[in-house]
Amino acid sequence: MTLKTRLIPCLDVMGGRVVKGVQFVDLRDAGDPVEAAIAYDAAGADELTFLDITASHEGRDTIFDVVARTAEHCFMPVTVGGGVRTIEDIRKLLLAGADKVAINSAAVNDPDFISRAADKFGNQCIVVSVDAKQRLSQTVGGDNRSEWEIFTHGGRKPSGLDAVEFAVRMVERGAGELLVTSMDRDGTKSGFDLALTRAISDAVEVPVIASGGVGTLQDLVDGVKEGHASAVLAASIFHFGTFTIPQAKAYLRDHGVAVRMDAPAAA
Amino acid sequence: MTRQVVIVDYGVGNLQSVARAIVGVGAEPIFATTPEQVEVASIMVVPGVGAFGSCTAALHSHGLREAVLAVIASGRPTLGICVGMQMLLDESEEFGTHAGLGLIAGKVRSIPSTGADGEPHKIPHIGWSGLQPNQVDWQGTIFEDTEPGDACYFVHSFAANPINPSEVLATCDYDGRVICAAVQKDNLVGVQFHPEKSGKVGLRILSRFVNAR
Repeated sequence: MTLKTRLIPCLDVMGGRVVKGVQFVDLRDAGDPVEAAIAYDAAGADELTFLDITASHEGRDTIFDVVARTAEHCFMPVTVGGGVRTIEDIRKLLLAGADKVAINSAAVNDPDFISRAADKFGNQCIVVSVDAKQRLSQTVGGDNRSEWEIFTHGGRKPSGLDAVEFAVRMVERGAGELLVTSMDRDGTKSGFDLALTRAISDAVEVPVIASGGVGTLQDLVDGVKEGHASAVLAASIFHFGTFTIPQAKAYLRDHGVAVRMDAPAAA
Repeated sequence: MTRQVVIVDYGVGNLQSVARAIVGVGAEPIFATTPEQVEVASIMVVPGVGAFGSCTAALHSHGLREAVLAVIASGRPTLGICVGMQMLLDESEEFGTHAGLGLIAGKVRSIPSTGADGEPHKIPHIGWSGLQPNQVDWQGTIFEDTEPGDACYFVHSFAANPINPSEVLATCDYDGRVICAAVQKDNLVGVQFHPEKSGKVGLRILSRFVNAR
């Protein structure tokens, strides 16, 4: 028996509701986040991720409330990302009940922020979101650059940074985990970008969570076996009832991936 | 009467999750920030998040080290969680050598960077791992209603290596490497995993600790 692959439903939260878009547009309402969290917990999810995609500052406070209410009901690890820019943001999320925070734009703009955050709260709670897109062919350099570039601001802003180099640098700064999202695949149901996931996972010592593009249960298996991910994250297939968490876990188990099956009921 | 559980608050990490889980098993959590508040504990939890050295330094600088030792020495039930468990050992090699509380003989060392097959594996060890009994029967312990193989949530890069195998209550396997998951010596129990984040299995373990006796 060994460490089990984590299956992580991701809840994109805007204005206190779960939403899910296709490549960050065309958002569909998918319900109350706390109710969804409780249902995923009961179904055997191994961890939960909330991504706060609220654009306005006024809307920000709703995520603290969502996290606090979730933590009262769900005794499982919770990661929160989106708009995390300051040490104070992290402190507030942890106090609300988050176990880890996922940091994206702030990590790109100020890598030293990751060092400060890891020193303050420990590497175990600092997840860096690596949001990567395949480079346009004409911009692929001849040097050692990988095929992928880091994007920020919900995938709208190219940073010019090489995705694999960035990932390695973030781990040196103290990231305890990386959430690797393919912006090309996000919401498309065409599967993870396995080459991207594997390139980053093989380059770093810390666990990689594969994200972006799950459409079938085989995609989850591929993320682990071919992408070398330690955890697999998905949103749409669960929110819209295409598959349940137990179905996904049974499929992973039947295809040779060790997962946590639901614990027997209390004696 | 509702049982009161004192959570030692020495300024490291977020203790809300532990407090919520204590509520979840029907007890009342009380945060203790002074020696006086620690000393009156009838049941004590010592959490710990982050680096070993900064945790032991914080325990000391808050003047809580002696009070924690006094509660343990008096035989009252005490549970160390994560770094709170590692601190029970003699010393840790995390970022230099740091002395622990010396209650469980042994050292805290980094988790081997490869599995038993020599292949590199991920560090930190993050995720759910199945618990296995070591030499001690689980009957009468916090694992009384835990089945071998029940999984709990771990997140750590360093692990306890107790010298005396009879003080190892549970282990887990990481690619063929045996990791100490729980220790016990008389009234003192320590768990490397986070029972407060381990769903039903974790709550059952916590409930046994809080409500036994």
